[in-house]
Amino acid sequence: MRTRQFIVTAIAGVAGFAGVALCLALIGSPNGAAPAGGVPSIGGPFALVDDTGAPVTEHTLAGKPYAIYFGYTFCPEVCPTTLFDLSRWIKNLGPAADKLNYVFVTVDPDRDKPASMHAYLSSFDRHIRGYTRTPEQIAKIAKEYRVYYKKIPTSDGGYVMDHSALIYLMGPDDKLVTVIAYQEADASALTKLNNLASLTPSS
Amino acid sequence: MRSLWKLATAALLITMATPALAQGAATATIVVQQPWARATPAGAGTGAVHMTLVNKSGSADRLTGASSDDAPTVQIHEMSVVNGVMRMRQLANGLLIPAGGTVALKPGSYHVMLIGLKKPLTAGQTLPLTLVFEKAGNISVTVPIQAMGAEQDKGGGMGNMEMK
Repeated sequence: MRTRQFIVTAIAGVAGFAGVALCLALIGSPNGAAPAGGVPSIGGPFALVDDTGAPVTEHTLAGKPYAIYFGYTFCPEVCPTTLFDLSRWIKNLGPAADKLNYVFVTVDPDRDKPASMHAYLSSFDRHIRGYTRTPEQIAKIAKEYRVYYKKIPTSDGGYVMDHSALIYLMGPDDKLVTVIAYQEADASALTKLNNLASLTPSS
Repeated sequence: MRSLWKLATAALLITMATPALAQGAATATIVVQQPWARATPAGAGTGAVHMTLVNKSGSADRLTGASSDDAPTVQIHEMSVVNGVMRMRQLANGLLIPAGGTVALKPGSYHVMLIGLKKPLTAGQTLPLTLVFEKAGNISVTVPIQAMGAEQDKGGGMGNMEMK
């Protein structure tokens, strides 16, 4: 079981590095605009549960742009910092914040269950939802979003996770618009999020 | 003999100048400066402690481990973000503090990792931590807990400044 998971993870990892490399080219682009023809294909169907235990699929996010980030709640630094930054940016967006969805997908489904993710997310902006389910389902969505993650054992018999540390900004058509890097400057991140919010179809 | 006295006087002066210092170690060869931790989200299982370690002695030392009443497992880790991927590694051989050298345990780099936190780290509170060094022995420090966004601003060292 564990071996299989590692293999799945490794495959997702190889795909992930290619995705990350492409994504990194987007970070520096002015106003978060994607270079023409250079957008990697990211995203796809998924079947997970959110932090309230409700089933969620790609249709849950359909029609609205969204920010999606992969991490885990046992993450001591990068994930809380990213979610803290994202919470500050959401607050700065003002009313435009409601034009987007914000998703935190765990790469550690063995430990991150809906209830624990719900408690964890209570420390951040209320817009951010947590997604989890089985290791297989997580491996599937990680592969689709080209997210790299890997379990690294520690001496106490536990583990930490290596994982991609980018926030993907996805358009209402479920296509990648740009990414926000770890600890990106507030002004740059806010410009990207505001641009993303402007893509929301008016209804 | 005279140099021994000098050393002892120096150690005494350091002791008076720095509250977070070797307690129980024979000589104050390692000085722990400005320990701090960030507050953790609700239910978080882990936390990270940062500090600056100064080796006042003429020989290299090594931070080999740590313990805390507030977490059953404490390890020395190194974190890095390379090409958009966060990597975390336990330092199996500990962290080398060169003779006369200074090593910063800071966000995005080395940290003391608390695993299995019994309660979230709350801003304004403190955490007991005992560091174990190969030569300097055990050094107990009281770690102030800062707000979750501490040292968030890119240019500054807010965590450090607040500790002065």
